[in-house]
Amino acid sequence: MSTDSVTRRAVLKSLMVGTVAGSVMRAIPLEAAEHAHHIIEAEKEIAGAYTPKYFPAASYKMIQTLCETIIPADAEAGGAVEAGAPEFIDLLTSENEEYQTTLGGGLKWLDEACEMRYSKRYMECLQEQQIEILDLIAYRKNAEKDERLTRAVEFFSLLRNMTADGFFTSKIGIKYLGYKGNTFLTHFSGCPPLLGL
Amino acid sequence: MLQVGPARKVYDVCIVGSGAGGGTAAKVLTEGGLNVVMLEAGPRLDPDKDFKEHMWPYQLPHRGVGVGGRQRGIGDEFMAPNGFWEIQGEPYTVANGSAFRWFRSRIEGGRTNHWGRIALRFGPADFRAHSTDGMGDDWPITYEELAPYYDKVESYIGVFGTKENVPNSPDGIFQAPPRPRCTETLVKKACDQLHITCIPSRLAILTKELNGRDPCHYCAQCGRGCRSASNFSSSQVMIPPAVKTGRLTMIANAMAREILIGQNGKAEAVSYVDKSTKTEQRVYAKTVVVAASACESARLLLNSKSAQFPNGIANGSGVVGRYLTDSAGSDLVGHFPQLEKMPAHNHDGVGGMHLYMPWWRFGQKNEFLRGYHIEFGGGRNMPGVGEFDYVCEAQEGYGAALKQKCRSVYGSFIGFSGRGEMIPNENCFCELDPEVKDQWGIPVLRFHWKWGENELKMASDMQETFRSIIETAGGRVVVGARRHSKPSGDVQQQSSTISTGGAIIHELGAVRMGNDARSSALNGHCQAHEVKNLFVADAAPFVTNPDKNPTLTIMALAWRTSEYLLEQAKKMEL
Repeated sequence: MSTDSVTRRAVLKSLMVGTVAGSVMRAIPLEAAEHAHHIIEAEKEIAGAYTPKYFPAASYKMIQTLCETIIPADAEAGGAVEAGAPEFIDLLTSENEEYQTTLGGGLKWLDEACEMRYSKRYMECLQEQQIEILDLIAYRKNAEKDERLTRAVEFFSLLRNMTADGFFTSKIGIKYLGYKGNTFLTHFSGCPPLLGL
Repeated sequence: MLQVGPARKVYDVCIVGSGAGGGTAAKVLTEGGLNVVMLEAGPRLDPDKDFKEHMWPYQLPHRGVGVGGRQRGIGDEFMAPNGFWEIQGEPYTVANGSAFRWFRSRIEGGRTNHWGRIALRFGPADFRAHSTDGMGDDWPITYEELAPYYDKVESYIGVFGTKENVPNSPDGIFQAPPRPRCTETLVKKACDQLHITCIPSRLAILTKELNGRDPCHYCAQCGRGCRSASNFSSSQVMIPPAVKTGRLTMIANAMAREILIGQNGKAEAVSYVDKSTKTEQRVYAKTVVVAASACESARLLLNSKSAQFPNGIANGSGVVGRYLTDSAGSDLVGHFPQLEKMPAHNHDGVGGMHLYMPWWRFGQKNEFLRGYHIEFGGGRNMPGVGEFDYVCEAQEGYGAALKQKCRSVYGSFIGFSGRGEMIPNENCFCELDPEVKDQWGIPVLRFHWKWGENELKMASDMQETFRSIIETAGGRVVVGARRHSKPSGDVQQQSSTISTGGAIIHELGAVRMGNDARSSALNGHCQAHEVKNLFVADAAPFVTNPDKNPTLTIMALAWRTSEYLLEQAKKMEL
């Protein structure tokens, strides 16, 4: 029972008034967190680029490029890089040996495969070449045909999942999906009247 | 030189555990005038600091999945402090050939901080299992004896639902339920066609103000903890009124080690480890109420050995640890293309399902005894890490097509979970591990587990039912998908269809009640047959584990036990 904390009515009132007073700031995690988030964002901009915790600079650049290839920006929304997916992936990888092995091994495989095919590292390849090599590891059926691709396919699958995680849990990703909740409602109106349901 | 110390403080009651049972006992006993000391193995709860209600995933660097991405499901970063599958320094063991998972809380309020708020009454037949179908045992009490306490609990905590007269799923005292979401409207239509009862769910969430608690604001985040206490938790609804009496002393971070017997053969004190100072302490009380969760309660009794009770206090019968059950769980996910066309809308609602399917074939001739209910959820929930794994695996590739596919299928999955009754069997029990101790030197539990034929048949039946609902509703069964709603347990499939023992977190029955002191540890008042001032007030006393989730019954039974204790205390019978 929350006699000394802010009630839902108080929250609604403060939101309607449109001014968020200091005392309410302290009490509403949503508002406070949003505020903190803006401060961090602003600091990031001042401080410049994110410093990777795990990946060396060259590998991190590759992760960024791959993330943006997996979920690119389009006319409707930014892509995985704007959504912070590379930072999220770097952070989790810095704390998880399995990810380190799979992602680290995958990046190495990509460079070696490109060296063999095109005598260049992945990042130096032409776009068509990058697409050609990614098409090889973006589908399980290729590993079924050629077992040597198994680990590279697993690498891409993990990176794809993590990129999707990073994008769709970001502010722009959630907006892109059209999730409308996480609000304070006085009543829930249920399923809107629609054809077929 | 002889010194005269201060008189030893003796409380009227010592309660071990602050969850559904311990919280209820604390409220009823302190309001009844008794001085109560409560031991809680974890810290106090501070909703203002501990709850992450209304936060977005991007406000946390790990987006909710914690260090290394390892905190998933019920243990993710958003959840209210609730407990763990594994506790550092406090292991449990599982016998060879068995699989069992034990979710334990170490926090004020226990597992009520996160539970699904599903508040179902057991039915008359659930108390008379043996009389009904010849299997298992009857309870020493009837539904009619417990019904007034269900009334008290529901009136006090607030439960929404509707009067339906479903056989053996009794109606209660209900607030109005919320309106169904689109996913639920869709599933209900299919259930109507299949003659499967699908009715408003019964959850301990307020849709109307109650005792100063605000009604739900429909953010769907009950599991994160609710700062306005619009849902029920022991920490926010039971403990505060007990504190208000001035008669509750809460000792946090106190891991109970042993119940000590006095020269008169009665429980006299509880010894515990003060985790913050790592020192041995003890509290003295005229009565001890154990409510540490079914298996922890059994463990405490088994560890309380004395000359009088070489096999553990109140365990002359040897049944402590036996008759352990969990709900039989089975899951299936469906994809519903028609939901892809839904325009964006607020789908949140309360933190849980608005509709459910109670056991609809009660009294019919079925392939198995007893029954199950169905919980379901999905749709346009707040996106989380792992949400798109299935889509990524199914779609493969990369680029704009993948991005668009994720958006088009977002919100079009519904997961179904069956929760079925398990009949106690001799292969399922816990005992003290002869070798392993926890970091406090307290012997740990070793679990033995094997589902019976009845549960396996029931799980197959669940799968058939889910499939027919999904297909009738115009969906398609999804193989290998994660549930898109927050699961009520981390279901790890042991066979293709049934959950691992303990995974549904409805483990109970390890200190069962009964009329015969040779086959039960407690009498009909949850009072130890052999130690009159020792009571158990969690799910350990349960004789059966019907498909209905146990929490409401834990509270009704604890309320009844506490009123009995008060009467006895007044009569000086303890």
